[in-house]
Amino acid sequence: MEQKFRILLAKPGLDGHDRGIKVIAAALRDAGFEVIYTGLRQTPEQIVEAAIQEDVDAVGMSILSGAHMTLFPAVMKLLKEKGAEDILLFGGGIISEQDAKKLQEAGCGRIFGPGAPTQTVIEYLKDTLPGRRKRESIL
Amino acid sequence: MSDKFDTKVETKGDSKEIARAFAEAKRKWQEDSENSKLKLNRKFTTVSMEEVNPLYTPEDTGGIEEVGPEYLKKLGFPGQYPYTRGVRPNMYRGRIWTMRQFSGFATPKETNRRYHYLLKAGQTGLSVAFDLPTLMGYDSDSPRSAGEVGVCGVAVDTLKDMEIIFDGIGLEKISTSMTINAPSSILLAMYCVVAEKQGVPLHKLTGTLQNDILKEYIAQKEWIYPPEPSLRLIADIMEFCTNNIPKYNTISISGYHIREAGATAAQELAFTLADGFCYVETGINAGLDVDDFAPRLSFFFNSHLDFFEEIAKYRAARRIWARRMKEKYGAKKELSLLMRFHTQTAGCSLTAKQPENNIIRTAYQALAGVLGGTQSLHTNSMDETLALPSEKAVTIALRTQQIISEETGVVNTIDPLAGSYYVEALTDRLEKQAEDYFDEIDRRGGVLKCIEEGFFQKEIADSAYHYQLEIDKGERIIVGVNGYVHEDEKLEIPILEIDESVARDQIAALNKVKEERDNDKVQRSLGELKKVIKTNDNHIPALLECVRCYATEEEIVNVMKSVFGEYVEPPII
Amino acid sequence: MTVLDRFYKKDRSALSRIISFIENREDGYLELLSRIYNISSNSYKIGITGPPGSGKSTLVDKIAIRYLEKGFSVGIIAVDPTSPFTGGALLGDRIRMQDLASRGEVFIRSMATRGSGGGLSEATREVAIALESYGFDIILIETVGVGQVELDVAGLCDSTVVALVPESGDSVQTLKAGLMEIANIFVVNKADREGSGRLVSELRLMLESRGQKQKEGWILPVIKTEAINGVGIDTLTDKIIDHRKHVENLYTQSGYREKRVKSELITILDRKIRARVLKELLEDNSVDSYVKQIVNGESDPYSITEKLMRKITI
Repeated sequence: MEQKFRILLAKPGLDGHDRGIKVIAAALRDAGFEVIYTGLRQTPEQIVEAAIQEDVDAVGMSILSGAHMTLFPAVMKLLKEKGAEDILLFGGGIISEQDAKKLQEAGCGRIFGPGAPTQTVIEYLKDTLPGRRKRESIL
Repeated sequence: MSDKFDTKVETKGDSKEIARAFAEAKRKWQEDSENSKLKLNRKFTTVSMEEVNPLYTPEDTGGIEEVGPEYLKKLGFPGQYPYTRGVRPNMYRGRIWTMRQFSGFATPKETNRRYHYLLKAGQTGLSVAFDLPTLMGYDSDSPRSAGEVGVCGVAVDTLKDMEIIFDGIGLEKISTSMTINAPSSILLAMYCVVAEKQGVPLHKLTGTLQNDILKEYIAQKEWIYPPEPSLRLIADIMEFCTNNIPKYNTISISGYHIREAGATAAQELAFTLADGFCYVETGINAGLDVDDFAPRLSFFFNSHLDFFEEIAKYRAARRIWARRMKEKYGAKKELSLLMRFHTQTAGCSLTAKQPENNIIRTAYQALAGVLGGTQSLHTNSMDETLALPSEKAVTIALRTQQIISEETGVVNTIDPLAGSYYVEALTDRLEKQAEDYFDEIDRRGGVLKCIEEGFFQKEIADSAYHYQLEIDKGERIIVGVNGYVHEDEKLEIPILEIDESVARDQIAALNKVKEERDNDKVQRSLGELKKVIKTNDNHIPALLECVRCYATEEEIVNVMKSVFGEYVEPPII
Repeated sequence: MTVLDRFYKKDRSALSRIISFIENREDGYLELLSRIYNISSNSYKIGITGPPGSGKSTLVDKIAIRYLEKGFSVGIIAVDPTSPFTGGALLGDRIRMQDLASRGEVFIRSMATRGSGGGLSEATREVAIALESYGFDIILIETVGVGQVELDVAGLCDSTVVALVPESGDSVQTLKAGLMEIANIFVVNKADREGSGRLVSELRLMLESRGQKQKEGWILPVIKTEAINGVGIDTLTDKIIDHRKHVENLYTQSGYREKRVKSELITILDRKIRARVLKELLEDNSVDSYVKQIVNGESDPYSITEKLMRKITI
């Protein structure tokens, strides 16, 4: 069976602008991904707990409120604490190039600006995800 | 065949009658226009110095016979039912739209400083933007507020903050628009208590509360409680304002956010008006007379990229509102039939690529708003897809409006696109689409049921996805994004950042208020509030008491949550 | 330390990984299942099924909270459909389970059907085994609810709750074949809506007229709920507990457990053997030549089937 990638999409922070994340959710579904959408106003703790329970390959976060420099690092830190830093964290929203660069340097995946074509996001995930999760022996 | 023939005969037979009615309507319009107290001191000539009439009608192009009885029924004269051509007889010849730029940031102190500056510069109205924690009912020290304090607007936790924001500003002299929805009654109560402390009687207050919770469930998603208790809070506000602050606009029914979430023009029109009718029914069911509160309802629309479709949307909106208010809700006062609206250019149409192009987009959108007869206008700044707008970008946005008003000549004549085959057909089409949606909403059991079922949300999400797919496939070209792309584009726009000290200062100020206030009194007032909201009594008097003793917004919201519960969205993707 | 070692130490991320291992059918998953299979597990499995819009996720959310309050640990499997065209899926049930998701004691896993009909993903049964072995007291399984018959759930669960809403009134007719037979408890959710009383009486009437009011000594209850407001959930949970007692009682009767295990074994064999045989058939490309023969009129599907059946030997 072809490998299925599972993506958790979440909106942390207080803003309710979910147009972008819903468009991405639909586009990823149509590109063959299994998308778990957790809805609005998720705390970093909720997002990381869901990512672990759902054993996803990547977490995508959309932030338009300006709180990205607080929320992305918070999620990264929690993923690390839970030993799940092999889960890719990527995102989008109203995020300046400087901030995006800082986040990427800190270990975050790509940050997509407004109007990024859905195809770009799909290709990025298809390129980045294979072989990314660490392999552990099960038995 | 015979049917067609009969119609023709009938029309012909009516033509004298039509001419008489037309002449009568025109006479009334001229009279109203002349009697209007508002007159702009300006020359109404083209750049070639030719005279321009205030209004053009079928008379100017060959006579009323050509358009038949439909003209008066569908268009009429400005300031006359069904108001398709505008809500006032002289429109911009009487007064230019209000250029109302929405602002507010950081701490109350900084916002107060900015407001003093704006008022000194001649602005007569303020438009307060609150930060997200305030909009969502969290205090600045809540863990949920991390990273958001003072970022998208000013932070307000207690009455103290409101006192600082309006320090030295006489509330009887200014009109204040407050963009607040789920916790609107709390902020309104704070505003009232500031007036009280200034010695300004409530009936002298003017302004607008956005207070449109329905569009929050549908699009913007800044809700706290479930829809039904939220509507009860709104009914309380309508009743309180009708009796105490009669000049205050109680709800600004907003299509803006519905459009931003991805709706089409027809969906924006239909869902916004459906919300409006839902509020009217809420008021009527609360025992108010429609003519007592309807004149205080105003609207807020988006202006998107499709120039003519947007103009037609505003014209259709006025017509539908007037007709339904009169025919369905039995409104008798003219003011109840008038749809007054604010317009904001479409933030979602702006691009992060080649951001300077956004100035041009915004200019066309602003022009559409003006040609559509808006009462006030906000133009977006070119850098809004990148960060909070910088000073320079805000100034260019304002200049855009001033150029339209002063230089383009579009204000010289009222509703200049009337009679255009295209614009009239679009107006009719949008009206029909809206009516079809109203039928569907009724069939599904009304607005609340549609929200609960996720009907609006699904319609909007589908439209948003299809729009994006068109762009992705290159079927729709966005300049600088999927066409006319510059490789190695360098961004040369300065970015405004909010200092982290804002949150620290605000939390320190909140702690100080908590130390200084009488905590027993706070608890008692919150207990009283809880008792009142469990009954059907108006909650505003008890709320005013909580605010007076400096209860925080979150403390009050928590009391309400404990009775009303919290809203959970239906999972619609 | 292997993932299984961590699993036995109650490491949740290990449970997650094991579920993925099973779901992805990775090499060795049958061995893994044989290791964790536990015939005398104390987990109780409750299935929630019903047409779309009947509020299944909200019911699961509320039932789970009741069990948590009683001190039970809860694991949840929520199944959503995979698109047959793109192979992708949108799994949105977690949104409805916000209250739960933030609690530590609960584990929620969303699954896509990945091409298997019947409303449950093919791997759901095995994932349930993982949750049992991990030691959850209660396992709640929410099906797709695409309106089709979802018989799988009954074979898998100890108690099956069928949720309906007043709007699905006319679908009571279409229920007769499937959902009717698998239900142990009927729920009329969103009972504040018009028509809920009518639906309740229609259901009762139908059960009465078809002689299905009781099954194996269990009288099928019809319960009204407003899950979103928490109304009726206590009654529902009590009924589930009653039904559990009833089921446990059945287990003491001779032959009942054997009957369940037999059905389980046959289901597993059916799937695995079919998959295996089809794989063999498809791998040597002989199917294409059979197709050609049929198209050319040289043979027909039945002769070919008969020929192939003879080839299969055990």
